[in-house]
Amino acid sequence: MTVDQPKYKTSDEVDFVIVGSGAAGGILAKELSTNGFRVVVLEQGPYLTEADFTHNEIEILGQDKLTNHPKLQPTTVRKTPDEKAKPQRALVYGRCVGGTSVHFTANFWRFHEIDFIERSKVGAIAGATLVDWPITYADLEPYYTKVEWEIGVSGQASASPFDPPRSKPYPMPPLPVKSSGVLFERAARKLGWHPFPAPMAILSQPRPGRSACVQCGFCLSFGCEVGAKSSSLVAAIRVAERTGRCEIRPNSYVHRIEVNEAGRATGAVYFDEKRNIHLQKAKAVVVCANGAETPRLLLLSANKQFPNGLANSSGLVGKNLMFNSGGTVTGVYEHPLNDYKGYCVSRVLHDFYELDHAKVGFYGGGGLDARYDFTPISFAFGGIPPETPRWGKDFKATLAHNFTRTMEIFCHGTSLPVENNSFSLDPDLKDAWGLAALRLTYKDHPDDLKLDNWLFQRAHEIHEAAGAVKKWGFPAQEQQFGVHLLGTCRMGIDPKTSVINADHRTHDVKNLFLCDGSSLVTSGRGQPTMTIMALAFRAGERITALAKRGEIGA
Amino acid sequence: MDSSLSRRRFLLHGATGLSAVWISTHWSALLAAADHAHSAAQSTASPKFEFFNPEDAREIEAITARIIPSDETPGAREAGVVYFIDRGLATFAVDDQKTYREGLPELQERVAEMFSGVSKFSALSPGLQDEFLHSFDEQPQDRQRRFRARPGAQNFFETVRQHTIVGFLIDPDYGANRDGAGWKVIGREREHMFRPPFGYYDKDYPGWESAAKLAENK
Repeated sequence: MTVDQPKYKTSDEVDFVIVGSGAAGGILAKELSTNGFRVVVLEQGPYLTEADFTHNEIEILGQDKLTNHPKLQPTTVRKTPDEKAKPQRALVYGRCVGGTSVHFTANFWRFHEIDFIERSKVGAIAGATLVDWPITYADLEPYYTKVEWEIGVSGQASASPFDPPRSKPYPMPPLPVKSSGVLFERAARKLGWHPFPAPMAILSQPRPGRSACVQCGFCLSFGCEVGAKSSSLVAAIRVAERTGRCEIRPNSYVHRIEVNEAGRATGAVYFDEKRNIHLQKAKAVVVCANGAETPRLLLLSANKQFPNGLANSSGLVGKNLMFNSGGTVTGVYEHPLNDYKGYCVSRVLHDFYELDHAKVGFYGGGGLDARYDFTPISFAFGGIPPETPRWGKDFKATLAHNFTRTMEIFCHGTSLPVENNSFSLDPDLKDAWGLAALRLTYKDHPDDLKLDNWLFQRAHEIHEAAGAVKKWGFPAQEQQFGVHLLGTCRMGIDPKTSVINADHRTHDVKNLFLCDGSSLVTSGRGQPTMTIMALAFRAGERITALAKRGEIGA
Repeated sequence: MDSSLSRRRFLLHGATGLSAVWISTHWSALLAAADHAHSAAQSTASPKFEFFNPEDAREIEAITARIIPSDETPGAREAGVVYFIDRGLATFAVDDQKTYREGLPELQERVAEMFSGVSKFSALSPGLQDEFLHSFDEQPQDRQRRFRARPGAQNFFETVRQHTIVGFLIDPDYGANRDGAGWKVIGREREHMFRPPFGYYDKDYPGWESAAKLAENK
């Protein structure tokens, strides 16, 4: 906490209680509080700041210091609804103030026009529930620009011929290129493609109170010690706090939305750190808990009036989950790249963003990036060729030779919405607070796997053209684990086929709003955070307008 | 094929795979162990073991020294990995205590089975130690085993293997990895701030130009 915050009593009916402080919750906290509203943000995780962030691999990758904890918050997994789900880790999300935007890679692609109107363009896809968004790229463009300028995004406008139109350039130049980026750029051009400097939510120039990136090399999975990564923690929440109207209340685990007899939300019920239960009263509730926890909270809030869960008259809460398809092809080069230095991704390719459905024989599209996201320990366990001996002289020699000479090409792609793919409540397993655990049901649409394999071939070609001494990857396989948690309370016009409207208001409860990955109608091509933040800026404006017209209060 | 390898990259490091699960279960032991190995490394006196007796410590150290051997560059021995493991077992990791307590004698039984008259792993020459440890290599089910199956010893060796890698490669600022030995071996500079050029391929990069612009200039 950098400034004195107000301390609202739980009995004090504030204007908005926001559940979750991540990419969407942090932005909404800023927007609503700067618009004059009294806001309480309930965040289940701790309030950590730059001084708390470390490069300690054990603490971060092992202790889950910044993320949901598999022991306290166990999950179950199955492929289809007729199976009994088995306990297994199903997801990772940020569990701290700032949420996943604290530890993410910070790849910051806008969605393109196609992402909003794909159903109209490609038609129905068997086995999928692909639909158009109720808004278009043009509707969201001003908010993408707002995100870039307000939180700080580095990049090169118009560097990709496939970029959608933009109203303003980036506020700062791209970060310096890495050796992986140079290899990728030269090879992709040789192949006739159009690589470009990666747009990243990482500062290439300092901003007040925040350093430019110092290229420490502990980026993905880690919190930024110098405030260069443009998380909602450093880029939005501090602004919200400075209004004097916004209270960030960490260690507050919301498990029910309270509803009155008139069917309106009256506040959020949560456990504090000592597991005492409180009800924070509010005139309206905004849930930004992510694409898994938001539907879970609605389902946990079931009551006599809403027996299938809150805002679930469509039956679609938790359904149409999309993870984004993807995977990597790894290459080893003759000379040291030293890619362990610095941020992860410096070059991206969007030539395959929109594939010709008829020509390739499957739906979808994607983007490729050149990256290195290993730390020393994770490299030893996951970065060396699969046939390397597991111990001994050759194991050591491979680590010694490859650590500085390796790069990856990550293929990011679409996931089709499939109604059975979902987060729901497990009927048996409970979390450490005695609440029903999340149950994942997921089986990739066959087109998603075809797309993966197609993109992997392109990644192999780039490594080949770049002169990789060695390269390897694995065929696509069904996912049973996600970090992009999308589509589970989709936006739409028809209350029968969607959970929220284009204002992020639930169709069923007039003063309940949802905004996070769950709002997305399609998956995009693998980088959802930029769009989640843009939606949050837009939602802030829509909700403010509704409130000012007196259309929200209970 | 390790199925976890083809999943979304973030997860692999953070959340899937045997190793990550192990680290996840035992993080606090690892942290404590790192501190211990660090102070052992700082101390001029002979460090004391907390879980192992001196004989067992010799055995464990000998195993770690085959997993990451010392050659022209330092190995697990120079990085003080055995102290990292000792501390972990002494402070936490009750389950792993059992693995070590039961696994080491089983492993020694197999030593005796393979090399008559020898009862200690550390008594073998490095060449024979390697030959011995290869008996744990995964073999297809249909091939006839040369030795009695000893799942305890098998699991024990895998556990030591993972402990050794973690103790060798963790950030020396957080203890263990004595003198940054592991980082020297893999070529990671011990800094937390870098400037371009980073490596061989970006050192002569002329700066970004679009393909169209490049074509124009030609």
